[in-house]
Amino acid sequence: MTTMTRTTPGDTRSAEEIRAQRAAERAEGWRRRAPLLPALIFVIVCTQIPFLLTIWYSLRSRNLLRPEGEQFVGLSNFADIFLDSTFRTAALNSVIITFGCVFVALLLGLGLALLLDRPFAGRGVVRTLLITPFLIMPVAGAMLWSISMFNPSYGLVNWLIGLVGISPVDWTSQYPVLSIVIALVWQWTPFMMLLLLAGLQSQQRDVLEAAAMDGATTWETFRYVTLPHLRFYIELSVLLGVIYVVNTFDHIYLMTAGGPGTASANLPFYIYQRAFLGFDIGQSAAMGVVTVIATIIISLLALRLIFRGLNAKEQQ
Amino acid sequence: MSTITAQQAGTGRRSTGTLLTAFTWVVALVFFAPVVWMVLTSFKHESEAAASPPSFFFQPTLEQYRNIFTADAGPYFLNSVIATAASTLLVLVLAVPAAYALSIRPVKRTQDALFFFISTKMLPIVAVIMPIYVIAGQIRMLDNILTLIILYTAMNLPIAIWMMRSFFLEVPGEVLEAASIDGASLLKTMRSVLIPMVAPGIAATALICVIFAWNEFFFALNLTAANAATAPIYLMSTMTSEGLFLAQLSAASVLASLPVVLAGWFAQKQLVRGLSMGAVK
Repeated sequence: MTTMTRTTPGDTRSAEEIRAQRAAERAEGWRRRAPLLPALIFVIVCTQIPFLLTIWYSLRSRNLLRPEGEQFVGLSNFADIFLDSTFRTAALNSVIITFGCVFVALLLGLGLALLLDRPFAGRGVVRTLLITPFLIMPVAGAMLWSISMFNPSYGLVNWLIGLVGISPVDWTSQYPVLSIVIALVWQWTPFMMLLLLAGLQSQQRDVLEAAAMDGATTWETFRYVTLPHLRFYIELSVLLGVIYVVNTFDHIYLMTAGGPGTASANLPFYIYQRAFLGFDIGQSAAMGVVTVIATIIISLLALRLIFRGLNAKEQQ
Repeated sequence: MSTITAQQAGTGRRSTGTLLTAFTWVVALVFFAPVVWMVLTSFKHESEAAASPPSFFFQPTLEQYRNIFTADAGPYFLNSVIATAASTLLVLVLAVPAAYALSIRPVKRTQDALFFFISTKMLPIVAVIMPIYVIAGQIRMLDNILTLIILYTAMNLPIAIWMMRSFFLEVPGEVLEAASIDGASLLKTMRSVLIPMVAPGIAATALICVIFAWNEFFFALNLTAANAATAPIYLMSTMTSEGLFLAQLSAASVLASLPVVLAGWFAQKQLVRGLSMGAVK
């Protein structure tokens, strides 16, 4: 009996304690969550709701020019776009422009970063000159290239190649994709250079000195010491570059308007064209959904990398 | 003997160094040349701007800049300033507490939240422009600067949260412990201890938000018209039906690019960190 009376109040007290503890934990959880919620809600409202609507549109036939015909059509928009040869061209152009630009900009950026990773007179000035193309407003950069540089009659590029006897080229009509890639490479090389230079300068000097002491040549040091160290920075620049460049719209809109015909349209431009010039909401929404799925696949790779890098850093 | 070879090797290395330096300078100048050309063109008369062969020596004129200031460029630039400043401010107000909740006193699913924020950055904007256009039309917010402010905030918020988090993570734990032993409340700790410590981070975050908002074109193109159009739209408007005004376009390009170029020049270190969303220091 005595043991009973002793344990029962003890049990109720601990149950109360557990309840109180849980309530405290819950309150603490909400206290921690509170600062996060405004930003979280803001982003959800601005990005997820429109995206859900895009999915909804993609399952319906909706054309602003034919308002009477809106109805649920299942996946037929998706079937249509895969039969649409322009969509395939645009998808291919997206791949060519994105990877062409990122690859060339990475190589040039790496070269420039290596050149800048040694002390010399005017290093700060050179670095400042080199990052400027990235800071120029993209709209201004696109128009600068399409008009001042690539214009067939008074463009600077044709004047330059004329000096060595090459006849004038109508760059944005004859080589629209190449022209766009050149303008994009000019804009994105500084981005690659900045990240890779930060990578080079985070190398431990004593490791490099040790390599030199051990009789390693410059190339061997680069290949076996610098390059492995740069791996994280190279991967990061490529993936961030892809994420930004895959969405390229300004340059295509202003330099070629996707032309001639649809020869240089990428996915963002073609979707825009179908939505705002063709008023075909259903199809452009379906293309948007397909683009998002493709981007998610790339992004998952990107995110895994960034998290790996961050976790490695936080453990240090 | 050995000293002579060492000297020779020394001069060899030095001349390689001089060559490399010269090469670096040449590459940098070639890379920068289009910018120089843009600036030069902005000081030409229209007839010289489109001359063939290109004219390198000319009587500079301020005519184009004067035209821009007397023409109707003002409202466009003012809209850009409002959209950029307001969205950047709003981003900071939302991002600093959110980053705190993902670093110093982290919520349970911090990694999931970080993942969510950054994944929205990877959604192609073009995939959501139509619903945004339709909604803005229905609530009568098309051609309204407030719409741009909200969208630029949503566009920059994920980057800002990631960046601010990387700065909060650098605050030494002892500082926070000392503050909590003092019994300072959360808000007071924030205001008097944390914010001053991450002030450089706030500045760097603001810089990145300013760059992206100032340069934004796609939303401005599709969601604004006469009232809320921004500077990039003004650049486009110099291509008129009567033809192209190249010198004036160049002057407008110089003016529109100048704020971001100067900011980037003076904050190169913060630029790197911002562009990598805090991953590279």
